[in-house]
Amino acid sequence: MSDAPATTDNPAVAGQPAAKLSCKHVWKIFGDNVPSLIGVDGSFDEARLESGEYIGAVRDASFEVNDGETFVIMGLSGSGKSTLLRCMTRLIEPSSGEIYFESEDLMQASEAQLIDMRRHKMGMVFQHFALLPNRSVIGNVALPLEVQGIGKAEREQRALEVIKLVGLEGREQYYPRELSGGQQQRVGIARSLAAEPDIWFLDEPFSALDPLIRREMQDEFMRLQNVLHKTIVFITHDFDEAIRLGDRIAIMKDGAIIQIGTPEQLVLHPATDYVEEFTQGIPRAKVLSAGALMRDVDGDEFAGTVQASVSIETQLDAILNADRGAIFAVHDDQYNVVGALPREVVVELLSAPQQKE
Amino acid sequence: MSNAAVSLPRPAPLVLNRWVLFWGLMIVVTVVLMLSKESLPWAFKYPRAWQLPLAGWITDFMKWLINSFDLGLFTFKELTRGLAWLVEQPYTFVRSLLSTGFLSGVGSDAVQVFPRISWLALIAGLMLLGHYTRDWKLALLVGGCFGYLVVFGQWDSAMVTLSSIIIAVPIGILGGMLLGILGHRSRGFRLVLIPVLDLMQTVPVFAYLVPVLLLFGFSPVSAMIATIIYAMPPMVRVTLLALEQISSEVTEAGAMAGCSRRQLLWKVLLPSAKHSLMIGVNQVVMLSLNMVIIASMIGAGGLGHDVLTALRRLRIDEGVEAGLAITLLAIALDRLSQAYAKRPPPMHRSRQPTLWQRHPHALAFLMIVSVTWVLGIYQPALNTYPESWQITTGAFWGDLVKYININYFDTLESFKNFLLLNLMVPFKRFLLSLPWVAVVAAVGLGGWQLGGWRLGLLTASLATFIAVVGLWAKAMVTLYLCGLAVVIACLIGIPIGILASRSERLHRIVGVIIDTLQTLPSFVYLMPVVMLFRVGDFAAMLAVIAYAITPIIRYTDHGIRHIPGELIEAARQVGMTRGQLLRKVQVPLALPHIMLGVNQTIMMALSMLVITALVGTRELGQEVYIALTKADTGRGVIAGVCVAFIAIISDRMISAWATRRKRELGLE
Repeated sequence: MSDAPATTDNPAVAGQPAAKLSCKHVWKIFGDNVPSLIGVDGSFDEARLESGEYIGAVRDASFEVNDGETFVIMGLSGSGKSTLLRCMTRLIEPSSGEIYFESEDLMQASEAQLIDMRRHKMGMVFQHFALLPNRSVIGNVALPLEVQGIGKAEREQRALEVIKLVGLEGREQYYPRELSGGQQQRVGIARSLAAEPDIWFLDEPFSALDPLIRREMQDEFMRLQNVLHKTIVFITHDFDEAIRLGDRIAIMKDGAIIQIGTPEQLVLHPATDYVEEFTQGIPRAKVLSAGALMRDVDGDEFAGTVQASVSIETQLDAILNADRGAIFAVHDDQYNVVGALPREVVVELLSAPQQKE
Repeated sequence: MSNAAVSLPRPAPLVLNRWVLFWGLMIVVTVVLMLSKESLPWAFKYPRAWQLPLAGWITDFMKWLINSFDLGLFTFKELTRGLAWLVEQPYTFVRSLLSTGFLSGVGSDAVQVFPRISWLALIAGLMLLGHYTRDWKLALLVGGCFGYLVVFGQWDSAMVTLSSIIIAVPIGILGGMLLGILGHRSRGFRLVLIPVLDLMQTVPVFAYLVPVLLLFGFSPVSAMIATIIYAMPPMVRVTLLALEQISSEVTEAGAMAGCSRRQLLWKVLLPSAKHSLMIGVNQVVMLSLNMVIIASMIGAGGLGHDVLTALRRLRIDEGVEAGLAITLLAIALDRLSQAYAKRPPPMHRSRQPTLWQRHPHALAFLMIVSVTWVLGIYQPALNTYPESWQITTGAFWGDLVKYININYFDTLESFKNFLLLNLMVPFKRFLLSLPWVAVVAAVGLGGWQLGGWRLGLLTASLATFIAVVGLWAKAMVTLYLCGLAVVIACLIGIPIGILASRSERLHRIVGVIIDTLQTLPSFVYLMPVVMLFRVGDFAAMLAVIAYAITPIIRYTDHGIRHIPGELIEAARQVGMTRGQLLRKVQVPLALPHIMLGVNQTIMMALSMLVITALVGTRELGQEVYIALTKADTGRGVIAGVCVAFIAIISDRMISAWATRRKRELGLE
């Protein structure tokens, strides 16, 4: 397995110093006597790995998660995405590799340090909610505060605020089994946010929900993120969800990361056929920005303006309503014209969504 | 297309499967051995000179432990006495509360300082408990059961029994949970724990009594200690299982919330496992009751003592009422603890409840207790149910036995003799005539075939152990009685299970009956068989069948019911009749599960068989029984271990087969 492609510059966080979380050459191998596989340089005996004796759940994963971004790890079941997530929190002990959280070496952290970090800096949402059936909503949400030793009055006060935030006000005395799936996951979200973590891990949080509720919860998630601006690692098996929520997406297959990029980059330049297959069902207009489609200005007469950093889809009405042959000026966030976008390019894009770029 | 030659695969030529070869060889060798009996006597009767005096060593070790083992600060004897004292304190308190009242002074000079809890208050309290855990129906059932105890004059004995249970159960639960938690945390500990549990759950109850008797003496306290030891293993297992079954996400959620190991255990794991743990509580309650009854042999007193005395004197009429009292006590305790386990999880409340709303049952109970205590001072009938109000049916039972003996003696006797002469005795003779070497080899071969050479080695060495300690003949008698009882139980139980699987109504009726049968302490089963057939192998076999038949019915019913519905629909779609469906689909697919039921039946048969030593069987149980009367630890323990080994051999072989078959059928 080759190294994961180098992470690309993200315009949103360009110029910021260190990444919030970074993983370097993380491996997780299941099987007996795994350490014997590791060479002096930390590499693995690939031949023995392939023998079937061992399962390489995570293979040589390297990436960085920047402050304030939503980093999605997408893969089908068995691709190792959940294992990788658990390696980041050391719920599962990685076989080798380095993991830095806010420049702290997670692999060197003692159990006490880990507990402290989980109490104050990490929050996690689980696929099947993982609520305690014997506790009411408020009891579940207050659990992270309770184990920190915060007094009852204060922790309930703080838990109530988070419950309000996720829209469950008035249900705080309910028990999990009295709530619908979507509501239960709201409790899960509230619990993960109760201690005001710096980094927020979500492990397929909406996979167990009905499609309609899933959509609603995705909207809710985006609303929360607009308020909270957390650094997020989001796991999903649903490429649409990844495109919808992610600033950057890492695609995993058989334990290895095969590509990392923004939705646009994945659609425009899929690294392998495997990635391309996922992108095929995605409407291009949804993912591509005007900036990605524009050409250089060539003495054009503009019929209107579009924004370079915004997806075509959101600007579609204005473009399609223009006359045939119209050309739009593409401007950046400072309103400088940076290119030109003919209407026909967009029409072509819409009519041939399956075409390879 | 019509006359196109369709080439069917030709039937494979008959290959002599190597197992057929092995078994053929096995039979030939056995026959040859049996023909040359005179020249090879050691193959038939394990020579005395080769026996290992293990029993003697254990007895000596025990004597040394008790008489001269010094732990430095105190001797071993002082340690056991100390332990007994610790258990005795709460026991005395509860017993005073329920049975004797609080006394000052000893013996006949004792003066009652404070009266015991009134029978009326206790029944009311238990009924409230029934209502609290489920509904008024349960309350009425519990009230009826305990009402019987009062009316039929069994109250005092029942309260002694109940006191033991009240103390033994919490200790058993807490100890079991503690061991289970330790086992869950440490892999090394678990590796030691599980084989010990296996052995403890297969060693017959009697065998526990002997060492306990020696270490703690003949008293209710030592009976209670035996009870605790006996009832704890299932709780350990349930705890292990319950903790294991918690979804990994819940554990992870706890870890991510920042729980330390202790917080994770108390705030996340145990509450999540509560529901499964409650199943263990029910088991501990029922096993404790079973053991408290049997432990009357080492001084438990109470209802068990009454039954035991009646059995020993063969006065059925005296024992029946006590036996019935045990049955009703068992039913009440079982239903209460089950209802408690199944209580629905809490719901939110819209308003802040008042104290009365929160604890209506407890407050009502407190009120009743205080009122009856005060009134009891003026009206003694409230404290002690007056003897003149009691009813006894002893005479009726005595008459019934007499009536049966006079009118049906010949019928029953000829039935019994027919089976004895034509089935039981020939089978017993056959087993006893087999050379032990051949049996050991067959057991090893069977283990090898079913579960690989390791299992074969295990089963063969366990069987050899029985020969080496010189209990071969008794083990064969055990095998004969147990084998016959299991075969008959299956012949009756499997059809009942099949019928129950086909009709909802029958399923419910059978369910209630076997639930009740299963709650009964094993002792109770001896009563009716002795009444009808007096002592001996035949009566013992009937008791064993009655006791051991429940799992085979349950597993057959369950196995057939849990075949995927799609398969049944497919079978009916191709036009199978009900008979075909049963033969071609249901029984083959349910067979692995049914075999697990057979396995359970064997386990229960073995445990019951040992107790039938009380009605005069001459198998391994008798050996334990003799050891108990002679206080010979080694003898009792070795015989107990031999029973356990027989159980382990059959358990491992059947489980190996069932697991493999389930995998082949794709059911796991």
